[in-house]
Amino acid sequence: MAIRACLGLMILLVFSSTISTALFEDQVGLADWHQKYIGKVKHAIFHTQKTGRKRVVVSTEENVVASLDLRTGDIFWRHVLGKIDRIDQVDITLGKYVVTLSSGGSILRAWNLPDGQMIWESILQVSAPSKSLLHVPANMNVGKDNLILVFGGSSIHALSSTDGQIVWRKELSTNSLEIQQVFQPHDSDIIYALGFIGSSEFVAYYVNYKTGEVLQQSKASFKSGFCGEASLASDDVVVALDASRTYLVSISFRNGVINFQQIYIRDLIPEFSGKATLLPSKYNGILAVDIASSIVLLRVKGVNELEIIEKINYPSAISDALPLSKEQQAFAILQHDESRIHFKVKFDTDLTNEVLKETIQMDGQRGNIEKVFINNYMRTDRTHGFRVLVVMEDHSLLLVQQGEIVWSREDGLASIVDSTTSELPVEKEGVSVAEVEHSLFEWLKGHFLKLKGTLMLASPDEVAAIQAIRLKSFEKNKMTRDHNGFRKLIIVLTRAGKVLALHTGDGRVVWSVLLPVLRKSETCGNPFALNVYQWQVPHHHAMHENPSVLVVGRCGHNFDAPGIFSIVDAYNGKVHNSLVLEHSVRHIMPLPLTDSTEQNLHIVIDDNLHAHLYPKTSDSVKIFLDEMPNIYWYSVEVGKNIIKGYSLEIKGELDMAENVFQPKELWSIVFPSESETIALTATRKMNEIVHTQAKIVADQDVMYKYISTNILFVATVAPKASGEIGSATPEEAWLYAYLIDTVSGRILHRVSHQGAQGPIHAVVSENWVVYHYFNLRAHRHEMSVIEIYDQSREDNKDVWKLVLGKHNLTAPISSYSKPEVTVKSQSYFFTHSVKSLAVTVTAKGITSKQLLIGTIGDQVLALDKRFLDPRRSVNPTQSEKEEGIIPLTDSLPIVPQSYVTHALQVEGLRGIVTTPAKLESTTLVFSYGVDLFFTRIAPSRTYDSLTEDFSYALLLLTIVALVAALLVTWALSEKKELREKWR
Amino acid sequence: MGSSRGRSLVLFTLSTLLLVSIAGGFQSDELLQDDEEFGLEGGRPAADPALSTPTRPPIRRRPDPDLLSGSPDSKSVQFSLEHQFGGSGFFPAGTFTARLKSWSHGGQTLTKLRFSRNALTEEEKGAFERLLKEDGYYTIRVPSNVLTAPGRDFVVSSVRARCIPRESLDEHFIIHTDGVNIVAVNYGSAGACQYPRMLKYPAKWSFTSFTVLKNSEQAPRTPTFAEELLAGEDGLGEGVKPPEKSFWAKYWMYLIPLVFIVLNAMTQAMNMPEEQTAGQSTQAQRAPSTTVRRR
Repeated sequence: MAIRACLGLMILLVFSSTISTALFEDQVGLADWHQKYIGKVKHAIFHTQKTGRKRVVVSTEENVVASLDLRTGDIFWRHVLGKIDRIDQVDITLGKYVVTLSSGGSILRAWNLPDGQMIWESILQVSAPSKSLLHVPANMNVGKDNLILVFGGSSIHALSSTDGQIVWRKELSTNSLEIQQVFQPHDSDIIYALGFIGSSEFVAYYVNYKTGEVLQQSKASFKSGFCGEASLASDDVVVALDASRTYLVSISFRNGVINFQQIYIRDLIPEFSGKATLLPSKYNGILAVDIASSIVLLRVKGVNELEIIEKINYPSAISDALPLSKEQQAFAILQHDESRIHFKVKFDTDLTNEVLKETIQMDGQRGNIEKVFINNYMRTDRTHGFRVLVVMEDHSLLLVQQGEIVWSREDGLASIVDSTTSELPVEKEGVSVAEVEHSLFEWLKGHFLKLKGTLMLASPDEVAAIQAIRLKSFEKNKMTRDHNGFRKLIIVLTRAGKVLALHTGDGRVVWSVLLPVLRKSETCGNPFALNVYQWQVPHHHAMHENPSVLVVGRCGHNFDAPGIFSIVDAYNGKVHNSLVLEHSVRHIMPLPLTDSTEQNLHIVIDDNLHAHLYPKTSDSVKIFLDEMPNIYWYSVEVGKNIIKGYSLEIKGELDMAENVFQPKELWSIVFPSESETIALTATRKMNEIVHTQAKIVADQDVMYKYISTNILFVATVAPKASGEIGSATPEEAWLYAYLIDTVSGRILHRVSHQGAQGPIHAVVSENWVVYHYFNLRAHRHEMSVIEIYDQSREDNKDVWKLVLGKHNLTAPISSYSKPEVTVKSQSYFFTHSVKSLAVTVTAKGITSKQLLIGTIGDQVLALDKRFLDPRRSVNPTQSEKEEGIIPLTDSLPIVPQSYVTHALQVEGLRGIVTTPAKLESTTLVFSYGVDLFFTRIAPSRTYDSLTEDFSYALLLLTIVALVAALLVTWALSEKKELREKWR
Repeated sequence: MGSSRGRSLVLFTLSTLLLVSIAGGFQSDELLQDDEEFGLEGGRPAADPALSTPTRPPIRRRPDPDLLSGSPDSKSVQFSLEHQFGGSGFFPAGTFTARLKSWSHGGQTLTKLRFSRNALTEEEKGAFERLLKEDGYYTIRVPSNVLTAPGRDFVVSSVRARCIPRESLDEHFIIHTDGVNIVAVNYGSAGACQYPRMLKYPAKWSFTSFTVLKNSEQAPRTPTFAEELLAGEDGLGEGVKPPEKSFWAKYWMYLIPLVFIVLNAMTQAMNMPEEQTAGQSTQAQRAPSTTVRRR
């Protein structure tokens, strides 16, 4: 019986190990998580009727149009329009369609409000993309065929809102017309369109709404010019800012007669200095002006009479007006007071009193309020209640009602700039992790349930319970380091300058910090987040020291703008140190060197190509100076088509306080600008580990990989073909691929692909490069692989040399030696166009590699590197087959099961980051775009551990049963023997 | 062991042969009258001081009537090599001469590169010695375009000075060209450069130069053989059919458990009758039990 049970177990094991690589339905969400975001909200439209009352429709800077649940903030539906399809405006028409105007006023789409299906789409002929306006007449009877007006460039389009047909089209003026304001007086068929021609001429059009006929047109020029902002104060007065932004110009246009009236802002507001901005608002007779320190509300009494109503000190925000009735409008004012926010609602009829006044406690890591959208609802006592949708400085979105934050969305995560990972704290004794641990009883219960599931005795309820337990396994959400290295912190930097730490277990935000140095300030007007690096990774003091990350930014988008450094604790988000550098930041090079406190040394190259060493301690300088002769760096000047290599040198005395090193140009490669432009460069990951330096090929032969960390892959394309696919003929298009050693500047390999063009994506790993481009001749995308092998170590194959120690395997390799390399390459067709390309990395580099391809459908596809083996041939020999070479096919297979993202989409996919786990077989994959997706994959399956769903309970039960059987049979045999003996 | 050694030897000879043959292929194009000067690709150490003209303008383009007479659609161009010892400026160091061949389709390619190195002056020798001492960089440059040289960028390359000295100063140029443009020049020692670099002076203070001209190779076309595959489907199936694995090699993982089961069953089967007979015998007959007792 024992043997049988053992056999049963063996068979069970054999079967469980042959599970395919694809995921089963109930395994979704075990090791992966997916988060949906929308990005920073630009516009929000509330719907006022029936079911729509529960929803808000938003459009964002990530070009997402989405419908959110007002009660929970969940996404009902959402559409990502793509990088180039910028949303200009959203509105609701007919009470059931959401209308979006995008791509500079050239695409108008209607979406069904309940489910987000597209109803119609119209492409408008716009001469040049310009500021465009969408006008949806509000108070029209539903049922009538409403027209939607689009003002863009110099033309007006009127479209039917039911099917998107263009009803009429009118060219207004041929030169640079910019319509600023459109409005329709109540119950009239005339549309007023007000705008500027050039910078100094004001123009008013009266257009028939039904036919598009221009009824009247009046123009007048204003000699000091306009800055291009205007705000409608009443039915016949519009207020604009002049070109210097110091004068308000009120323009009356009654009956086609235009009058200008200049008002010096300082006369109105004595403390005004600098430049003013008009806040876009639609109030009756009220104007909101943003002067640097505060927002000023002005009442327009007549053409030349303005009166200050209220001054709201910064930081504050003001909403658009919300019409409550024909003559009454409400608007919201939000004002910061340290950690509190004062929320006031006023009616425009009575500006001195507040209808509503509330105070909200706000988390300090969200920054200032950027935008407010107001919405009203009926209270239980039949009075007006107000709630506001608030967009914060960190791009998060909050709903505030009754003095509370009802829900919040961390939408800054839709715009991740860079990411890194950090280990979690080591499990310490005495530190309580009790909140995630469960009692023994629950543990037993869980395992009992699991056992039941395995034995197929569980009821459907219990199956659901098992699934729930698996999904929020306490193990994976612990805040401590695990043995397998699956639990880590992903530290991401968002465009808003916020740093967030996400737990790899379930993707929750462990901490977040809005870096003060990356916020707008007087010293740094336009801060810009760049990268995040590992600053300190303690190994020796892992128990009491926390790792930290370095966040790098820049004050402004120019390369010469001063740089920003901030060092943040990776465990709790505390900012240790932050500073605005005196020099600019062009490149940052993390060096593989650490100082005595285990801080990583970093070289910052500024705009003058001077190198600055960080941290600025004498200790780090000492370490650096020892290694300085072996430090080389390069810069790619894309515009000039030059790549230059440098070493560092000290000119004169080294200033110990500054640690500035001068560059010495060592090599340069000049691509002929008439035939090549640099399209892409790619390098190997610095932390990649290569396990085997040699590759055993068929017939017991060995090829040595050319493994150099200094390989740079450069792809250049013909200048004519640097545009979109189809902009050049195959004869005009070519692509050059280079492999360059960045120490000596040697071109190791150079190959041209005729008739190929970008967009190019590439990934470099070990001794190979894979790049993806478009083949114009074959009308298909292609992927090429280049593998580079070292010939100089070829004679090491001689065993006698190895035995006698005459090999050069241990000799240091110098980049200055003449390289003897051979290159193998092959191209394959690939169906998809690609958004991003990455490769798996594992802890020791033993596991075979997979390419991770971000497809155009926003999914991540894992493709085995063996498919991109240049040695594939049509008829591989027997020994080659044994080696695992796949017979050559002209295109790469796309196996539906090998999508890492299984059924999910990472909308707006921008990057794929791979990190090794401690377990050799496993790689952690984090992909980001508008959405986030994390999973772990095992390219060669988990050969070094039991799977997660391995039933320990069953094993235990089997052992117990075996022992019991053993005892029973032993007792039986004893008994029997005794009986025998008594016989 | 021996066979692998022998194979590697063969491979080595083959690869060297291949290299030589490539070099030979490059040579075979040679149409110059002074062919014998080109025994080796590249120039010889320019021991002749008459050749070196240090005051020569850096780059020029001079149609050589001798060479021109050879073929009508090619002309000779010259461009100079300049070098730098550490921090100071660049000085002329030699001249490259090449043949510019115009193709009917409009392209131009450089072929037949020759190089003549100026002899080192005493001053330069001193500078080089200093470089060797401080393990500095010896830098060279050539114009990035051989025709419209001034005003264009230079292509620069450097090497640690200590990599160069052997018997004489051995240098190796690889010039990557694209038509009349020079994309890059790779400069370095003719062989390996040991690390750590030892200070070593050459026996002879003159350069031995090897030059190679490289154009980009064209990537092979992506194989499109859908129809071939279809056609060769049956042939493929027959031709590449792997030799049948032995039955044991294929099914051992099933066989072992099977054998276990069979063995198990057999032992059971053997036990069962015994037990049964034993059980029966205790009641009915004593004969089997006596056999047991006899044991």
